[in-house]
Amino acid sequence: MTATATSTAARPVAAQLHARRLSRPAALAGGVAAIAVTAGLFAITPLAGRAEFILVAGLAVLTAITGLSWRVEGRRRAVDRLVTTAAATALLLALLPLGGVLAYTLSRGLKRLSPGFLTHSMAGIGPLDGGGGAYHAMIGTLEQVGLATLIAVPLGLLVAIYVTEYGQGRLATTLRFFVDVMTGVPSIVAGLFVFAFWVLALHRGFSGIAAALSLAILMLPVIVRTSEEMIRLVPNTLREASYALGVPKWRTIISIILPTALTGITTGVLLAIARVTGETAPLLLTASGNIFIHTNPFSGPQSALPLFVFQQTQSAFDVAIDRAWAGALTLILFVVVLYVAARLLTRRNTLARR
Amino acid sequence: MSSALTTRDPVSVGRSRRGDAIFRGVTLAAGFFTLAILAGIAIFLIVRAVPAIAQDKGSFFSTKTWDPDGSKVFGIAALGFGTVLSSLLALVIAVPISLGVALFIVEYAPRRLARPLGYTVDMLAAVPSVVYGLWAVYFLLKKMIPLQRFLAEQLGWIPLFADPDGKASRYSQSIFAASVILAIMIIPIIAAVSRDILSQADPSQREAALALGATKWEMIRTAVLPPSRPGITGAIMLGLGRALGETIAVALVIGATFDVSWRILVPGGNTIAANIANRFGESGSLGRSALIASGLVLFAITLVVNLAARAIIYRGGAVERSAAV
Repeated sequence: MTATATSTAARPVAAQLHARRLSRPAALAGGVAAIAVTAGLFAITPLAGRAEFILVAGLAVLTAITGLSWRVEGRRRAVDRLVTTAAATALLLALLPLGGVLAYTLSRGLKRLSPGFLTHSMAGIGPLDGGGGAYHAMIGTLEQVGLATLIAVPLGLLVAIYVTEYGQGRLATTLRFFVDVMTGVPSIVAGLFVFAFWVLALHRGFSGIAAALSLAILMLPVIVRTSEEMIRLVPNTLREASYALGVPKWRTIISIILPTALTGITTGVLLAIARVTGETAPLLLTASGNIFIHTNPFSGPQSALPLFVFQQTQSAFDVAIDRAWAGALTLILFVVVLYVAARLLTRRNTLARR
Repeated sequence: MSSALTTRDPVSVGRSRRGDAIFRGVTLAAGFFTLAILAGIAIFLIVRAVPAIAQDKGSFFSTKTWDPDGSKVFGIAALGFGTVLSSLLALVIAVPISLGVALFIVEYAPRRLARPLGYTVDMLAAVPSVVYGLWAVYFLLKKMIPLQRFLAEQLGWIPLFADPDGKASRYSQSIFAASVILAIMIIPIIAAVSRDILSQADPSQREAALALGATKWEMIRTAVLPPSRPGITGAIMLGLGRALGETIAVALVIGATFDVSWRILVPGGNTIAANIANRFGESGSLGRSALIASGLVLFAITLVVNLAARAIIYRGGAVERSAAV
């Protein structure tokens, strides 16, 4: 070892072990200098604007620190620093729109969101009228998402049980593969299918249940996958203990495995509900929208929150746009509550590794 | 795993065996029902699409205009082109950012921060697409105009950024706008799947690389990225599938014209999904069947992309799947 080290290295071994590092004050000084140079550049050249300054200054700081690091620490550490900064920048860039959407929706939506907005429908509201609300849409969303959950959860659980507990060989693998492929079915295609099948072929017309069917198609693969993952996490010792007591397999599944995996499965269901609550495209082709309060989901067009938002944006008048923002805020609150509930449940999940 | 136990029935009492047979049958039926839904989607779309295409006075695959209810001339050339172009551009923007996010969360973030950061990025996927669309129309599009002006003026010699009439420096309802909003929407999917895949890299390989004196990036390049490559390719294709089918946000920001143009900054453009959302309400019977025909094409494209993505992920051995998508 010593022989190779001394033969390849120009510097003594001791110096290599204590390689020079870029000190924090030096890096800081480099950064400040880069910003100063940028400011100077903006003062004398036609460059202007806040966004441009941030961009140019950011690039200058990055160049300065990478350059300094290259001189002091060598190429390898400089590249390492560059990649670290790039990854951190990517994270910031990704979180920027999230913050932007939430803040902007909050500020625009709060203007119009009121108890009146949540308790009135759009009945009798003309294109220029400022009143009206999303009560009918909230009822529609609750009914449609509720029905979709009632359809998708039992079906998804059964599929997950087959795949994990009974399925073997090709059939189970094929099933898992196609369930995965199903997650990629675009929501508008699910809507077109329900329109072609339920509305056109069965002549059932636009309705809340048609919307629920399309949402159930979108929920199903998500529920299968999360339930499957949770059932797999149930320790085998529990199964063996149950079998040793002479309990048949189906009872073991129902009274041992499912209760153990329940927290995780509930999390998955909540996430699936959160995901479909915001779906607009399939509702356009199945529920069709309604300005009146329509409580029967089994016949007649119904509204829903995302549909309400979309239809209000189609208007050119500010009163409608304000309603759209208030609807968007209501929708986001719905989704965030579901999402946070799911995450809080995850914490209590004793099975989850992550 | 449970497979060791499923091979032999634990109890051979007749009654419980019957119970097991029934329960197994029910779960199997649910599985077949799921497959039937997938097949049903294809069948019902085909049943509506074929007669519509037969009545088409243009050529369904090469006509650019969309007028099924009037002159009965319609085709998906412009729509298909816009769909593929906007999704590919979205990938160009989203892939580097998503990989950076995944790398940061798995490799660089402090342990305590990694999980909350992951959840926050997942939250991006929870924002409804209609809200993204609304935000884009009233906020993002205006903010994008200086960027478009810069691209058109400085890089206008590249055909992609050409802007002969100077429209791009005033309006931004373009393919480019659609790509940016699509990119925002697919970042969480690509990042979540890549994150799961990166975190599965063999710890002993990581430690070996670090023990040899590699810097963190060298460790990532030699021990983490090579085994993750198939999985990341799959993650990118999942993002592509999502972008191809995204509807409402694109419908709100795109110019809804029917031309095949590489000039992404010039207002205009359209996608299959956005066209369905924009036209469905006003369409007659043939119009709706024609939209179903275009939806069938979209379904076929996304199916191919998803099949390929899953095949790559499965073959890569990354069987562990993310619950986030």
